[in-house]
Amino acid sequence: MSYNLSNVLYLVTIVTFILALRFLSNPAHARRGNQIGAAGMALAIIVTWIKLGSTSWWAIALAMLIGGGFGAVAARKVQMTAMPQMVALFNGVGGGAAALIALAELHRILPPPGAPTADISLGIALSALIGSISFAGSMVAFAKLQELIGGRPITYAGQQFVNGALFLGAVGCTIALVAGVQDEWLLWVTILASLAFGVLFVLPIGGADMPVVISLLNAFTGVAVALGGFELQNNLLIVAGMLVGASGTLLTLMMARAMNRSIANVLFGAFGTVSAEAAAVAAGGEGGGTVRSASAEDVAVMLAYAHKVVFVPGYGLAVAQAQHDVRQLADLLESKGVEVSYAIHPVAGRMPGHMNVLLAEANVPYTQLKEMDEANPEFSRTDVAVVVGANDVVNPDARANQGSPIYGMPILNVDDSQAVVVLKRSMNPGFAGIENPLFYNPKTVMLFGDAKESIMKLAAAVKTL
Amino acid sequence: MSHNTILVFEVTILVLAIFLGVEVISKVPALLHTPLMSGTNAIHGVVIVGGMIVLGQPDKSAFTWIVGFAAVVLASANVVGGFVVTDRMLEMFKSRERPKKPDAE
Repeated sequence: MSYNLSNVLYLVTIVTFILALRFLSNPAHARRGNQIGAAGMALAIIVTWIKLGSTSWWAIALAMLIGGGFGAVAARKVQMTAMPQMVALFNGVGGGAAALIALAELHRILPPPGAPTADISLGIALSALIGSISFAGSMVAFAKLQELIGGRPITYAGQQFVNGALFLGAVGCTIALVAGVQDEWLLWVTILASLAFGVLFVLPIGGADMPVVISLLNAFTGVAVALGGFELQNNLLIVAGMLVGASGTLLTLMMARAMNRSIANVLFGAFGTVSAEAAAVAAGGEGGGTVRSASAEDVAVMLAYAHKVVFVPGYGLAVAQAQHDVRQLADLLESKGVEVSYAIHPVAGRMPGHMNVLLAEANVPYTQLKEMDEANPEFSRTDVAVVVGANDVVNPDARANQGSPIYGMPILNVDDSQAVVVLKRSMNPGFAGIENPLFYNPKTVMLFGDAKESIMKLAAAVKTL
Repeated sequence: MSHNTILVFEVTILVLAIFLGVEVISKVPALLHTPLMSGTNAIHGVVIVGGMIVLGQPDKSAFTWIVGFAAVVLASANVVGGFVVTDRMLEMFKSRERPKKPDAE
């Protein structure tokens, strides 16, 4: 296949990718868009295959079979609640592939007379650097989300210094490579330092900040792939990689804005270690309130005789896998003439839009899923807001308490409703370890217990009414 | 084409792709942010093309064999897993009830 023909066909693939993203603006067409993108990917693979001719075709086929088989099985088997770690995993392997390609390319070019041009060296070194960070970071994110390692921030003395040294080491090797030092070891050091940096930089980040981290790592892999396009002089990799890089960066900024924090603060702030200080502030400021706990029967009466009920889901919903039970309770309430909707905070859960996917899995029509801007004005005419496994995203301290670490974060104003029901396992503070004055609000009643069991009890109680 | 001409051309499309990416993504509602993440995830699986190019080189060393093979394995997992997961998610987003119980609304 000629150079021009293959590039034209790659352009077709690029168009399918753009369409795939474009179709995502409407949930009714989104699935079709994804299929178009997959077809475009298949085209790119076939074009590359023909271009390469018969060289090592069986090795390529075998590698595709192994990787593709693993990907297909893992993607089919995974529970919807485990989606964030699956996305992290698939993101990481992409970054790893970009780093390996950079390594192989340098190995091919370097032997004398070698002398790659500065831009090729830059592409190779940066692709390896960013791809390795993405790979290692994603694997740690995966391990945290899969609860293979603790989700709480892990910190130690001199952390910033070690991270900084590793990063500067990697950057230094990159500069040396670009400056023309022809030594493969420089790239090895770049990769190893970047891998270590990737691990150490995600380790201290708490689970609640995962939406930011995952979208940032997604952007990293995109950029690594685009740089791979420079080293291989391949337009398809440049455009497709950069589309992902740009979209991931934008999404990262949106998530950080939804928490009213800078990206630097999310990445290096080790959120959650401030808990002791914050608890002290909360105890001094808001303390002394009493918590009212209620039985499932009491809450069932409140819900069944309400006009409008809003469910506010959080990560606790995912942990308890209670989405189907919430849906059943909502159905029961609707059959009694109650208006039901769901208020979704942008950073509820462990990845952007996590709650929407969970509730969609439980067959909740997406017209009932309200974004924050849409949901907040509704609370003043809501009879009961039911908070299921959410905590920080409904914490009024974000509005009122300047000493709170989440001060300034936009929240769902559930306390505007007539009554608030909080489903919670115990009075332990949430993930970030921040005290929540919502629980002490006279409007609030607590229903203690596992979210799934509590919802099932509520449904049973509503049925008898 | 000289090397520099190609480079300038590449930088041009890189910059255009940045703006295009931002433009397209800003139209995606928060409702679909998870499928967006996983869909873009699948798209960067295009790195498989790079892996194929490396592994498909003639006269390669054992080192290139191993590294290229690993790259294609990882990239294939990225492509297939990414698209399948996204498809599973998007399949679930329905505007109305699935026709499970046919009683009239």
